[in-house]
Amino acid sequence: MSLLALDRLTVRRGPCPVVDDVSFTIRAGEVVGLIGPNGAGKTTLMRACLGLIPAEGRVAITGRPLAELAPAERARIVAYLPQEREIAWPITVEALVALGRHPHRRPGARLSAADRAAVETALEMAEVSAFRTRPATELSGGERARVLMARALAQEAPLLLADEPVAGLDPAHALDLMETLGHLGAEGKAVLVSLHDLTLAARHCTRLVLLRAGRLLAEGPPEAVLSPATLAAAYGVSAFHAADARGPIVVPTGRIRP
Amino acid sequence: MTPQRLVLPLLGAVTLALFAASLLLGPAGAPAGRSLAALLTGDNPALALVMREIRLPRALLGLGIGAALGLAGAALQGYLRNPLAEPGLLGVSAAAALGAVLAFYTGLAALLPLALPLMALGGAFAATLLVVGLAGVAGGALTLILAGVAVSSLAGALTSLVLNLSPNPFAASEIMFWLLGSLADRSWMHVALAGPFILAGMGLLLLLARDLEALTLGEDAARSLGIPLGRTRALALGGTAAAVGAGVAVAGAIGFVGLVVPHLLRPVVGHSPSRLLPAAALGGASFLLAADVAARLIAPERDLKLGVLTALVGAPFFLRLVWTTRRRLA
Repeated sequence: MSLLALDRLTVRRGPCPVVDDVSFTIRAGEVVGLIGPNGAGKTTLMRACLGLIPAEGRVAITGRPLAELAPAERARIVAYLPQEREIAWPITVEALVALGRHPHRRPGARLSAADRAAVETALEMAEVSAFRTRPATELSGGERARVLMARALAQEAPLLLADEPVAGLDPAHALDLMETLGHLGAEGKAVLVSLHDLTLAARHCTRLVLLRAGRLLAEGPPEAVLSPATLAAAYGVSAFHAADARGPIVVPTGRIRP
Repeated sequence: MTPQRLVLPLLGAVTLALFAASLLLGPAGAPAGRSLAALLTGDNPALALVMREIRLPRALLGLGIGAALGLAGAALQGYLRNPLAEPGLLGVSAAAALGAVLAFYTGLAALLPLALPLMALGGAFAATLLVVGLAGVAGGALTLILAGVAVSSLAGALTSLVLNLSPNPFAASEIMFWLLGSLADRSWMHVALAGPFILAGMGLLLLLARDLEALTLGEDAARSLGIPLGRTRALALGGTAAAVGAGVAVAGAIGFVGLVVPHLLRPVVGHSPSRLLPAAALGGASFLLAADVAARLIAPERDLKLGVLTALVGAPFFLRLVWTTRRRLA
């Protein structure tokens, strides 16, 4: 089943398009990596998928046009982890993760047993249950990133859009987080995750979408998208390509100057 | 720390006690029991008149306006995710004051007693419309703050201009004293005028609980959680304009309640922006009632202005808060 379908999505800021005529589909079970240089339009594309900014073209979620979905209904289908890791007040980690249950709760209702179970699972998955009672604002950058991930997981939405969730994470936690995304895929959910680490993208995503200057430059299996020619065209870098038993290794090694 | 569920009952009890104190303490000096009997039964007509026509409306206005200021402060701090936000930030208070000052200056206030509060309310709503017009319905928190500061400054400048042009020093000092804020000599007419707006405004602000929770994560995350922020903004601004505008209209500009009370109570409710709303309403009511009782007890013959007293009490609290925050961050 197609969870997210973009058809000729275009987002303009002023006269020039930031996202330009992009079409692709994400099905249940897929972990799709969204890669591309800074300013390629990755964040803009995700925000347009949620209707946070006006866009041309069509966005369909579970086959239904985005505009037809009420905000609360959409929030039960799509979870979004923004790149900005804003936490305004020093509420506890537990309380923050429980915010992910908002779309499932009636106004003023207490957390139900299902809500509490979802929060517990999310705390475990993101490995943050150890500091559940600490104020979320007092955590380190990496801990904060994992807590916010837990919040998005607690939403239990079939589709997760995660904008650079591993930025600032140490290698172990970056690997754990990518594995968590893989588990979501294995459960039949779908993930669109923007990444800058090409090896993580190659090893943990079932498919990659490469944006450059707002346009879709390449789409397909990681090995095909991360070919030397495409990397040179997209990023202007050469890369060391290798592989071990668990998948490809892609490490940028040099700048190609035209 | 106080268990969370005791916070609201405790604050409610304090508010009730201060409401009773505001009702029973005053220059008439009658014993509390006799005052209460006169209020309820009406025997002793002179005392009953004092209780029913002077003390009761004054205590009710203290309760309502204090609650409005505390609640609006908590709502705006939550909405703007800024601990320095207060009702005055959006220009509501300054514009309401300008409306009132214009009523004085044009002489309408002397001709028609209702002209002053009505023009103040008009000022509050005009300022809100202007701020929304400037910042846009979908604009972010920063544009809203900037628009509020701009409208506030303009209203303040125009108020100064009116003071500057006022025909004689007595008119100017009358305006000045009104601006300092007071609950003295208010009647049922004031309660009838401000009450509905305060209740309606507070009702709108209390609907914000869920939205403010989600906004802890920022505007994009809140919208992705299904919160329609256009509605949030309408509730926050409309509620503040009605509740605080009505408060300023009948009592003048009373500062510091909306800033300090949410601050003091935020740690008590575990920093939850939604649980802060009812707590700040009760805290604001307690604070204003206490200040009004103090104004009557400290210098009954000098008509100590309420706005002066809230600032005098509020500022040291605030200094202490800054001090402890600095030590915690150091």
